[in-house]
Amino acid sequence: MIPDDLLYAKSHEWCMVEGDVATVGITQFAQEQLGDLTFVELPEVGDTFQAGSEMGSVESVKAASEIYAPVTGEIIEINEALEDAPEKVNEEPYGDGWLVKFRIKGEPEGLLDAEGYTAVIEAEAH
Amino acid sequence: MKTIFEKSVPGREGCWPCEGMAEEAYIPAELLRDGDIGLPSASELDVVRHFTKLSQRNYGVDGNFYPLGSCTMKYNPKFTEIVAGMPGFTRLHPVLPQLQGAGGLCQGALEVMYETENLLSEITGMHAFTLHPMAGAHGELTGVMLMAAYHKDRGNKKTKIIVPDSAHGTNPASAAIAGYTVVSVESVDGIVDPAALAEVLDDEVAGMMMTCPNTLGLFEKNLPEIVAMLRKVDALLYYDGANLNAVMGKMRVGDVGFDIVHLNLHKTFATPHGGGGPGSGPVGVCEKLKPFLPISRVAKLEDGQFFLDYDYPKSIGYVAPFYGNFGVVLKAYAYILRLGRAGIIRASENAVLSANYMRKRLEDHFEIPFNRICMHEFVASASRQTKNDVHALDIAKALLDKGYHAPTVYFPLIVPEAIMIEPTETENKETLDRFIDDLIEIAELAVTDPAAIQAAPVTLPVTRLDETRAARAMELTDDL
Repeated sequence: MIPDDLLYAKSHEWCMVEGDVATVGITQFAQEQLGDLTFVELPEVGDTFQAGSEMGSVESVKAASEIYAPVTGEIIEINEALEDAPEKVNEEPYGDGWLVKFRIKGEPEGLLDAEGYTAVIEAEAH
Repeated sequence: MKTIFEKSVPGREGCWPCEGMAEEAYIPAELLRDGDIGLPSASELDVVRHFTKLSQRNYGVDGNFYPLGSCTMKYNPKFTEIVAGMPGFTRLHPVLPQLQGAGGLCQGALEVMYETENLLSEITGMHAFTLHPMAGAHGELTGVMLMAAYHKDRGNKKTKIIVPDSAHGTNPASAAIAGYTVVSVESVDGIVDPAALAEVLDDEVAGMMMTCPNTLGLFEKNLPEIVAMLRKVDALLYYDGANLNAVMGKMRVGDVGFDIVHLNLHKTFATPHGGGGPGSGPVGVCEKLKPFLPISRVAKLEDGQFFLDYDYPKSIGYVAPFYGNFGVVLKAYAYILRLGRAGIIRASENAVLSANYMRKRLEDHFEIPFNRICMHEFVASASRQTKNDVHALDIAKALLDKGYHAPTVYFPLIVPEAIMIEPTETENKETLDRFIDDLIEIAELAVTDPAAIQAAPVTLPVTRLDETRAARAMELTDDL
């Protein structure tokens, strides 16, 4: 279940680029590995990040894990619904469970397509 | 089971020592409460039965095997409790050693602290110890503060502390609280790799925190090389004593090149733990760090008298009120003396033997990611069972039905579906065999009837908890 129209980071974030706006979430594989999420810590609107830097974290009953910015840019919107309903990330990681929207600076770099990301998770599973 | 509040019946009460001892008899009327206090009304027998039944639902090592990896839940001999309960110690006021002329009234307690510091120094090969830190993580913070004091004194500009990806979570937390940036170094084949360390090591590294054996139960074979690399940039090497139980009497960490060490007396040296304390996390240092140790320090005069010395101008100051958890120190002192040199070595040898025996008997039934001679614990994985949708959590729950405390699961983080087992030296072979047989039975059931494991536990007063809901919808108070 890896959508073809998204870009992926090795650290298991996805991003959908439309013009200069990128919507970011974590992948189906990431949410499966984490198990039921209990808390999502997101950045604030206006925060800026370099691609690859830590921008938040997710906690599940098993573990806490950092979320990394897949692109460079400024946060223009966060998914506030997740504060009360972190389970949306488990239910629809590519839909209602999106995390943040970026106004991106420059072109996204170093991200994988669906095929490249499939290879990453296959390698991790072994 | 009903709560004591649900068992309350208005007007029911306990037995008073004599008639007429109602509160009006000895509390002035103007100080009496107007309304109802909201406490339950129950007879003495109701209360006795209620709390006796509650206590029977408790789980402790006095009742059964406690293979909780990374925690060293070993049995602690009861004589240490007797020593710690001696009135000559329990009736001392902690301020006594600080009062003019009162030092003579507490020489025994001061001697215990002085001698325990010496014994711990001897066991670890360190130059000096402080007994003040109240727990392991407190010891870590004290240790990192000592690092900072050392570098400040030398005029070093240091901003980073390195921790391996297998570290206990408290290591990066302690380093961060002390103001350092935490840099993680990846393990290769389960241990720290010098080449990976070289990539993150530079002049701004204040030190590195290691646990040996590490949380995978593996010995860090590259220590000499790591020590040499750190010395080149004047970085200090910190030993997290969480796993000392595997190597005491075998490896003196000071001789290996560690500069700072904290020990968990409540794990290795005879204090029951797991109920939230009290712990004790003494910190030992090499000679060059001694001037920075917390005050006070117990010192000995030529005539054999002990006193508290505060004359350490470079000290990091106070880290605890008084002298740490003295009762825990006392138990450790009694335990070390009772075991002696030979006993301490045998304890570690048996801890390692038990873990390897279990690992070997389980290797055909569970995935063992780093399957080689381990130290005092080993990490198995439920990765073979996941194809039947049975996970580490389910196996842990199934063990509850068999009457055991669950092992540590999902830690260390670098092993998926981790099940971390630490048998300790205090369990006999029959107990280990019974536990192994039960685990093997669970592994077989995971194939033939996975639903049975997924439903566990079914025999306990509380069955499978909804952990997600418990974390998402926290309700921590009860209306009285």
